[in-house]
Amino acid sequence: MNFASKQIEAQPSPPTCLPWPREIVDRAGWLAFAESLAKGARELLSLWGEPSSVHMAVLEERQPRLRIVSLECPEGSFPSVGRLHPPALRLERAIRDLYGLRAENAPDARPWLDHGRWGVRHPCSDPEKIDSTKDSYAFLPAEGEPLHQIPVGPVHAGIIEPGHFRFSANGETVVRLEERFGFVHKGVDQLMAGASIERAARLAARVSGDSTVAYNLAFSQAVEAAFDVHVPPRAIYLRALMAELERLANHFGDIGAICNDAAFALMHAQCGIVRERILREAASCFGHRLMMDRIAPGGVVVDLEQENVTALFTLIEWIELMTPRLIALFGDTTSLQDRTVGTGYVSEALAKQYACGGYVGRASGRTFDARKAIGYAPYPQLTFEIGASKEGDVDARVWVRFDEIKASLKLLRQILDEMPEGPIIAAWALPEDWTREGAALVEGFRGDIFVWLRMRADGVVQRCHLRDPSWFQWPLLEAAIKDNIVADFPLCNKSFNCSYSGHDL
Amino acid sequence: MQKFLLQGLLRRALTEPAPTPTPTSIAELGYTLGRTARQKLGRSLSIREVDAGSCNGCELEIHALNNAYYDLERFGLRFVASPRHADVLLVTGPVTKNMREALERTYAATPDPKWVIAVGDCAFDGGVYCESYACVGGVANVVPVDLHIRGCPPDPTTLLKGLIAFVDTMS
Repeated sequence: MNFASKQIEAQPSPPTCLPWPREIVDRAGWLAFAESLAKGARELLSLWGEPSSVHMAVLEERQPRLRIVSLECPEGSFPSVGRLHPPALRLERAIRDLYGLRAENAPDARPWLDHGRWGVRHPCSDPEKIDSTKDSYAFLPAEGEPLHQIPVGPVHAGIIEPGHFRFSANGETVVRLEERFGFVHKGVDQLMAGASIERAARLAARVSGDSTVAYNLAFSQAVEAAFDVHVPPRAIYLRALMAELERLANHFGDIGAICNDAAFALMHAQCGIVRERILREAASCFGHRLMMDRIAPGGVVVDLEQENVTALFTLIEWIELMTPRLIALFGDTTSLQDRTVGTGYVSEALAKQYACGGYVGRASGRTFDARKAIGYAPYPQLTFEIGASKEGDVDARVWVRFDEIKASLKLLRQILDEMPEGPIIAAWALPEDWTREGAALVEGFRGDIFVWLRMRADGVVQRCHLRDPSWFQWPLLEAAIKDNIVADFPLCNKSFNCSYSGHDL
Repeated sequence: MQKFLLQGLLRRALTEPAPTPTPTSIAELGYTLGRTARQKLGRSLSIREVDAGSCNGCELEIHALNNAYYDLERFGLRFVASPRHADVLLVTGPVTKNMREALERTYAATPDPKWVIAVGDCAFDGGVYCESYACVGGVANVVPVDLHIRGCPPDPTTLLKGLIAFVDTMS
């Protein structure tokens, strides 16, 4: 069972992607895009492969904000974007591992997701069986008399996801951190190919459990764009309600966990209470604590009862009371500030270069938020401020999250006040004419999630690309920890809280 | 900070009440578990969590066991940082091929007697990932499993129930 065998015959003409058309470019056009990325004229949103083509999504300064370009690769290779623009490097390595397409003259030819343990090479395109049980992997060198290496992971000390960190340290100070991932690679790209809409939605909701609502929303929006489905107003508001509850729960959980990594357990305990109350309310409103599988293409599958509206208002009121207290607890505890201020600094230039989304980008001067920049419904109708800072340290990332908590509370009130009545899911049928493509960019709590998919007219997914915001945040963690002490790594790591599962896919 | 500390002293704890006549209440479950664990393990049941490819959903709910409402540690159950300190491995995920060796080595590093609890639908049979080239599919395919706690993800109450069932049947 491989991707190629599931593909149906080629389309007579390239299908149009909605809402952002996909443009076919030649090698020169592809390189021109790569050069503009390197110059900072555009930002890289994603880079992904298919058995014989590569695609790139970029952000433009002007409208339309998002462009998708494609290059055919009949020779099995394409001009490397990463050679000119480093944020593309890991994506290119992943394309080679999964689809076998080579980035020409790429500065890093090492595999990324493939550890040599799958029993096949490039499983998504013409898989080739291998006998090896594992590949060796050469970490980048750091040389010098006093340097030593500390290997950490994939199994970590806490209850967290697996990944490997290779520290080169001079005494306590980190000279270089190199990440190695792929441990939780589950083959989602291949599982998606050939999946029905229902199964694909379940897979999308399980790419990163903490962002299940955001992923489900992004997937559904892409399907709706492809098939021109109009979501009923009430469903749009219910989706935003779930998305903001998810954002709140994660921000509280993470702020507590960051403080816990600085040994300030009081904050952890207090934030844990807020998070638990949000999850319980979510379960009571929608029947699942994480609100998994509650969104479907066309709308939502659970309606909100009137008694839950009252309970939600009570919860919001209580969180509004608690938030300033927690802010004071964080801001007034000087021993905590001593750990967070100046730790794990990310420069504005790096955040811009990597088009880093979410609180990591916003704490380093990049104000991008898909809810405003792309402005999907219902956000253009609602009033809210985006958190922003230029300090770039652990402290700034916490403050930006506090700002986002305030914004989400404000949004929740507006959503509940303005919630329209009516159906919660659109009645829509598959057109059964030709293959469609759709894309979406949704702001999860961690940053912008990009989805692009191509679906057959009978509703079977041909290819679905899901890009986690972590792709452009993980590399910056390597930069953030440099010159910090090893003991501050958990603090820095938690302040990023990137997804392993969403990245490894 | 004083406010929070004072509140902590003056107000009743949020932790859900100690054993009550309601047989299904969380505290009752926890009490039973604590008592049985004490009989069999002398007050100590140390748990090491291993993510073998989960989407992180199970981890979020396992985390919740430590919050003020469930407060797992009051029953003598605690999460430890190394398999060398553990009695029980709590394993999540469909066991990706890239994590298989790490799981086997973690199991080997856990001293006898040891038990394995597989948490979540993925850990049971691979869940939505069961057909993948990249997953082994089910923890039992890699290390012997003593109990499965199903759910996607199982909520903290289900996790507590599962832990009791485990201690009750532990030989």
